[in-house]
Amino acid sequence: MTNLLLEWVIKTIVILLILVTAVAYVTLMERKVMAWIQMRVGPNRVGLFGFRLWGLLQPAADGLKMIFKEDIVPLQANRWLYIFAPAFSLIPALMTFIVIPYGSEIHLFGRAIELHVTRMNVGLLYVLALTSVGVYGIVLAGWSSNNKYSLMGGLRSSAQMISYELALGLSIVCILLYSGSLDLVEIVNKQSVWFGHMGWNIFRFPLMFVFIIFYIASLAETNRTPFDLPEADSELVAGYHTEYSSMKFVMFQMAEYLNLITASSIATTLFFGGWNGPFVGRLPILGPVYFVIKVLALIFLAMWIRYTVPRFRYDQLMRFGWKVLVPAAIVNIIITSTVILFLT
Amino acid sequence: MRNYIPVLLIFILAIGMAAVIIILSRVASKGHPTKEKLMPYECGVEPVGTARERHSVKFYLVAMAFLLFDIEAVFLVPWAVVFRGVLESDAYRHLKYIFYGEMMLFMVVLFVGLVYVWRKGILEWNR
Repeated sequence: MTNLLLEWVIKTIVILLILVTAVAYVTLMERKVMAWIQMRVGPNRVGLFGFRLWGLLQPAADGLKMIFKEDIVPLQANRWLYIFAPAFSLIPALMTFIVIPYGSEIHLFGRAIELHVTRMNVGLLYVLALTSVGVYGIVLAGWSSNNKYSLMGGLRSSAQMISYELALGLSIVCILLYSGSLDLVEIVNKQSVWFGHMGWNIFRFPLMFVFIIFYIASLAETNRTPFDLPEADSELVAGYHTEYSSMKFVMFQMAEYLNLITASSIATTLFFGGWNGPFVGRLPILGPVYFVIKVLALIFLAMWIRYTVPRFRYDQLMRFGWKVLVPAAIVNIIITSTVILFLT
Repeated sequence: MRNYIPVLLIFILAIGMAAVIIILSRVASKGHPTKEKLMPYECGVEPVGTARERHSVKFYLVAMAFLLFDIEAVFLVPWAVVFRGVLESDAYRHLKYIFYGEMMLFMVVLFVGLVYVWRKGILEWNR
């Protein structure tokens, strides 16, 4: 029991450190990808001892700068809610990742270590629950800063969240029909080869269309463009975090990029076979490598969409969620269950 | 229940991290607050009115509809989890069309509900 507890503590801390570093470098990746798509160079100056290192130390410089920025609490703001709102959105974002499996099992120090922090038989529900808790931080921030832009951002965020969560939940039902389990480890184990009976979900007949619904809904859940209405820069000037500065602003940014990483990891787990790939059975250490490659590819896709597609108008957004995605998800459940009924 | 201990662990760690960040920005940053800095930001002009006015929350009915549909989605989850198990087990195979048909009936009701909400114009944003 002590050994197990120690293992959990180490895994949790390692995952937390990896996530924080990953967030820093995903922001750099976002700026680089944006620059390349817009035919610019992007950040390439910040390095060490006169070496530029392709701007690899930019996140560290940014972080240091943000720590020393002035921390402003507006006079009319609701003080305590204003201070705690960023924590409400950061904490659930940090907690989500622990149920996601990133490898099978490796042998280290004479014991077998499973490469997931924990597994629970309601893993997918845990993820869904925490992602919907995250919206409280945004709504509280929008309301408590007593600014009209922020209030609009918070309101939009809650409306958008409830509309797209429905499509997200309904599209996950199709996955459950195939996997027969809410345990993410079990879902990955059911996708151990490319095609066929145990193939990746993305290559199964109705599920490739489900992926489109799932991906669009998860973009909307993580407030990515074209669904970034809560923080639309050109109309709401950063929306719910207009008034935030210094590390409180950083907490919102961290939560947002953590949500992007988590959403991409969930999409990888549910549709792209998680850590599965060639030779992973013989060499389990390849599992995390494949996992990271797939997640990075999905993050890149989200960035690519961000710099290619313009933002929705608000009524278009709501109409698209309710009149296209939800009916499509319901039809997909009917098709999926019919296919399973006649194929088994 | 043992598998839920890491949830507690990461919850404590996440709270600790959030607290450290908040305190760090309090301690490390020098504040020179002025009246103008502490005003609500409204693109540089004097704020017009207050943000605490009554506000038309257009999505009230949408939120009601969301509650209904989300509860129905909750009913779908346990059915979906056991669906393949029932089809593949020998003991319940004779029930499989009932098991399938009942849920399809439920889905039809769900869909009719959506059409009703739609026809009533609840989903129209600019009424």
